[in-house]
Amino acid sequence: MDTFRCENMRKTFDGTRALANFSLEFPASGITAIVGPNGAGKTTLFNVLTGFVRLDQGRHFLGHRETTRLPPHEIARLGVARTFQDLRLILRVPVLDNVLMACPNQHGERLLTALLRFSVAGEEARNRTVAMRLLRFVGLDCRAFELTGELSYGQQKLLTLACCLATGAPILLFDEPVTGVHPEMAARILSLLQELRAAGKLILFIEHDISAVRQVADFVVVMDQGNIIAQGLPGEILERSEIVEAYLA
Amino acid sequence: MLYFLHILTLVCIYTILAVSLDLLAGHTGILSVAQAAFYGVGAYTSALLAVRVGCTFLESALAGVFAASVVSFMVSLPSLRLHDDYFVIATFAFQIIIFSFFNNSMPLTNGPLGIPGIPQPAIGGWTVRTHMQFFIFAAVIAALAYAVVSRLATSPFGRVLHAIREDEVFIRSLGKDTLRFKVVAFAVSAALAAFAGSLYAHYITYIDPTSFTVTESILVISMVIIGGPASRWGPVIGATILVITPEVLRFVGLPNSVAASLRQVIYGALLVIMMTFRPRGLVGRYGFMRR
Repeated sequence: MDTFRCENMRKTFDGTRALANFSLEFPASGITAIVGPNGAGKTTLFNVLTGFVRLDQGRHFLGHRETTRLPPHEIARLGVARTFQDLRLILRVPVLDNVLMACPNQHGERLLTALLRFSVAGEEARNRTVAMRLLRFVGLDCRAFELTGELSYGQQKLLTLACCLATGAPILLFDEPVTGVHPEMAARILSLLQELRAAGKLILFIEHDISAVRQVADFVVVMDQGNIIAQGLPGEILERSEIVEAYLA
Repeated sequence: MLYFLHILTLVCIYTILAVSLDLLAGHTGILSVAQAAFYGVGAYTSALLAVRVGCTFLESALAGVFAASVVSFMVSLPSLRLHDDYFVIATFAFQIIIFSFFNNSMPLTNGPLGIPGIPQPAIGGWTVRTHMQFFIFAAVIAALAYAVVSRLATSPFGRVLHAIREDEVFIRSLGKDTLRFKVVAFAVSAALAAFAGSLYAHYITYIDPTSFTVTESILVISMVIIGGPASRWGPVIGATILVITPEVLRFVGLPNSVAASLRQVIYGALLVIMMTFRPRGLVGRYGFMRR
């Protein structure tokens, strides 16, 4: 599968280095965890890879395709979906609608088709079936018609996951998928990540919860001050006491 | 009776303007203060073609719609990349430019003297002549404009517009080209406003630049806010109230000079009251701007 490759990426915000000469080719399969202290540049890395933040220097690629200057929606269409730390969702519409709008290539989103409603009903019905299936997968099908704002924090995290899946993207970037959620909910989210890996998705995730990383990650990248401090198998990295104490405690 | 029909016809024309702005401000969360500019582009294009070239109503109105859409692209492609307040300022600048253009390009628009003698609309063999006929004609067009906006708002296209209003970053991360949606919504909104302009020009049969000032834009914004943005009947109710209120003031028996100022005071007071106590408008479900 295509994966992200970063070459000498640099990004500074008002004098603060968020990425400092960051170079890495991410594994092309499985679950990769990105860990590190606050301010290490983890979220900036995601924002750069998904096109929301432009680099000062350096390049990034998805497979052979350079993605450095592509806008977010074009990178998304190449098969990359992401979640945000501050859970971005449309709160004033039903849960189902959030998943529906994530479905790709909708004819009903074109002006004339939307006006004339030619074949829109059929397309909507198909997307609804897909969306309901995804909501069932994350365990929210019984709340499909409630307002999104009424879901708990953990349920909203599950919903963002369903939205990512609805895009059909093979590459999924999750920013802190289990931080701040109830332990039971966290266990459920982690088992979903494992199911997605089994289904062939490539997953990158940022997480502070080291036990979660230990549980699901196939590869770990430790970041600090915008650069890579260590990378490798979780068994090796997370056993090194100097790393755990300095960066992950 | 004629007077009532005249008021009702104006309600229809302003309803078109209000629903057209609602697509942009209510559904998409983009505030534009240039609605009167597009209204004017429609009115002038249509009037000039009818008077100087002799086009039929349908031809000149469609040309007005086309002109407004093209102009909207020229405005929106650079300025929709701007965010909220900056976009408002950009549309404000555009509104001022268009007004100055109408007011100053004597050879084309006849400047402040305006364009008289615009023919009444004729479609096929039927000429819209009486007040009653015109009211029915305007009501049909207002209903069509209403149908266009409500159909768009309830489609997958509208779902994306609503998402842009609520959280543009989220919807971009899902692969939607939000600039395209905003540009299209802006063009449809401009096109509908332009049609209202043609209707107005052919109804009054005379236009001059004072009908297309920024005050007119603000009046239309007030209609949307007071009625209720992105709601089923909000813009219609807002247009009705704000067209009828000043007419009621006529009968209070105030001197003309006082009545005109009082009208502005009442608009202002209504806006402040609505924003303070009912930001979602009379029948609206959502507040005006995002979140």
